[in-house]
Amino acid sequence: MRQSAEISAPGKIAPLGDFTNALVNPDLPTPKGVIGPGGAKADKRFNVYRNNVTVGLVNALVDIFPAVHRLVGDAFFRKMARVYVQAERPRSPLLFEYGGTFPQFLEAFAPVKHLSYLADVARLERQWLDAFHAADSPVLEAQDLGAVNPEDLPQARFTRHPAAHVLRSSFAVVSIFSANRSGQSLADIDPDAAEDGLVSRPHHDVEVRQLPPGAAVFLTMLMDGETLGQAASQAADEAEDFDLATAISGMLEAGIFAGISINTNSKRETIHDQSD
Amino acid sequence: MTPSTSRANARIETRFNDSTVPARAGAGLKAEHVDAILQDDYRIGFLEVHAENYMGDGGAPHRALSAIRQNFPLCVHGVGLSIGSEKALDKAHLDRLKKVVERYEPGLVSEHLAWSTHDNSYYNDLLPVPYDQPTLDRVCDHIDQVQEVLGRKILLENPSTYLQFDHSTMSETDFIAQIARRTGCGLLLDINNVFVSATNQHYRPLTYLSEFPLEKVEEIHLAGHATDTDDDGRPLLIDAHDRPVDDAVWKLYDIVIGQMGPVPTLIEWDNDVPDWPVLRREALRADEILERRAGNYMLGSRHAAIC
Repeated sequence: MRQSAEISAPGKIAPLGDFTNALVNPDLPTPKGVIGPGGAKADKRFNVYRNNVTVGLVNALVDIFPAVHRLVGDAFFRKMARVYVQAERPRSPLLFEYGGTFPQFLEAFAPVKHLSYLADVARLERQWLDAFHAADSPVLEAQDLGAVNPEDLPQARFTRHPAAHVLRSSFAVVSIFSANRSGQSLADIDPDAAEDGLVSRPHHDVEVRQLPPGAAVFLTMLMDGETLGQAASQAADEAEDFDLATAISGMLEAGIFAGISINTNSKRETIHDQSD
Repeated sequence: MTPSTSRANARIETRFNDSTVPARAGAGLKAEHVDAILQDDYRIGFLEVHAENYMGDGGAPHRALSAIRQNFPLCVHGVGLSIGSEKALDKAHLDRLKKVVERYEPGLVSEHLAWSTHDNSYYNDLLPVPYDQPTLDRVCDHIDQVQEVLGRKILLENPSTYLQFDHSTMSETDFIAQIARRTGCGLLLDINNVFVSATNQHYRPLTYLSEFPLEKVEEIHLAGHATDTDDDGRPLLIDAHDRPVDDAVWKLYDIVIGQMGPVPTLIEWDNDVPDWPVLRREALRADEILERRAGNYMLGSRHAAIC
């Protein structure tokens, strides 16, 4: 890549792009123009930066994905994370946003192919951290819902709380995540039992729950702005034992929504809606 | 509570009475220490946070920092602005820094003479810059921009370095002095970085300090370093922030404070973070030196004393 003349005298200065390429690729030589005192060789000196960058980003992944880290063990995780770091650097200096593509990486990474649930555990952990840093917002309370005229309820639409996430999985992702984070044995968990997970922050702390049948469809539709009536009907289609009352009390307890609005004759009534 | 009143309260709560950072010891804030710091009979002089850790939208980090800020003066220390970058500064990131500064009203705001971002990739390290005229001009432009956006002076920190660029044309102290003169920024003197770089680049730390514009220094950093060896088997120190401050660094600190007088002094400990009492012990050691030197520092005669 060409550097602009303003920032590098032509033919003299190795651009920082060479520096960064060599930082994450141990097969590349130490960049030109990099020296020790008195022009000494500087391979080990340059390696300090290589090591800082890689170890720093690997440590960030350990912090972001603690359950995946424990599931595969420290030494293996670090080797695997190095491969990811080489392929994918953070896009921003906010390190807590790193690792968005780590689940896809795990799906494609042959050495963990036998741990088919691993990518979904990583997805749940990524959602957990997003929920941890999400904007503060009041949650919809039972009385907010109670204030709505019962015949208007099917038309009610909800505003998603910034910390709320649903994860649908073909694996026992919530059981594995919860047992792992609380230091319990995974021996009794059948990893192939499909589970839907809910991540939310109703008060101060992030909470992870397993959703009952139909609830994932119900909540996802509501989070996408569909009406309560549409979501309930879709959920009942998917799971014949879907229970609307349980789903509603569950969504209030978990704090998944920040507001409710009713469209009646084009008059829009909004409670706790964060959009100003 | 309706959202509108909660937002109004949030605005009132962030009007802090006192932003001035005292010339005492402070500590880098770690989430696991927040409760211990708030409950401790020893009141640390100030706390310092990495700005990037508080650039999320909400949640526990902001709740903890708000509690700290209501009780202590604060310094905001950026690690991700990439002031030494070849490319333009990331405006979105600068806006995020501005938001943190406006929200928490820190007494001091600082960043590094380093770069960490290139072509939209963030390398999470403080990478070195060549000390030449084009780089000097660019760094000055970036600092002008930061100070303009924030509407305040920032402090620039001297780096730990492990290598040099063969096209550097001036010394680090000359480079930094020129930046401070041209941009009006203040300086953050990291004495561990001075010791690390001096050892790694084969010069005397006291020579560096005698050339450093101490009159522009508004804060000092102290931290621990690790020891490795270079390509020729000579010592190569690593700015690890994972252990107590080295005795050699304490000695330099004592000399600097004796020279310039008491200045806010941060103990940094970012890796293998110990329990709060261990960090407090380091802070107390800095407090002792600051108190001992308070009455007898040699104002205005630094060149005679440090050489």
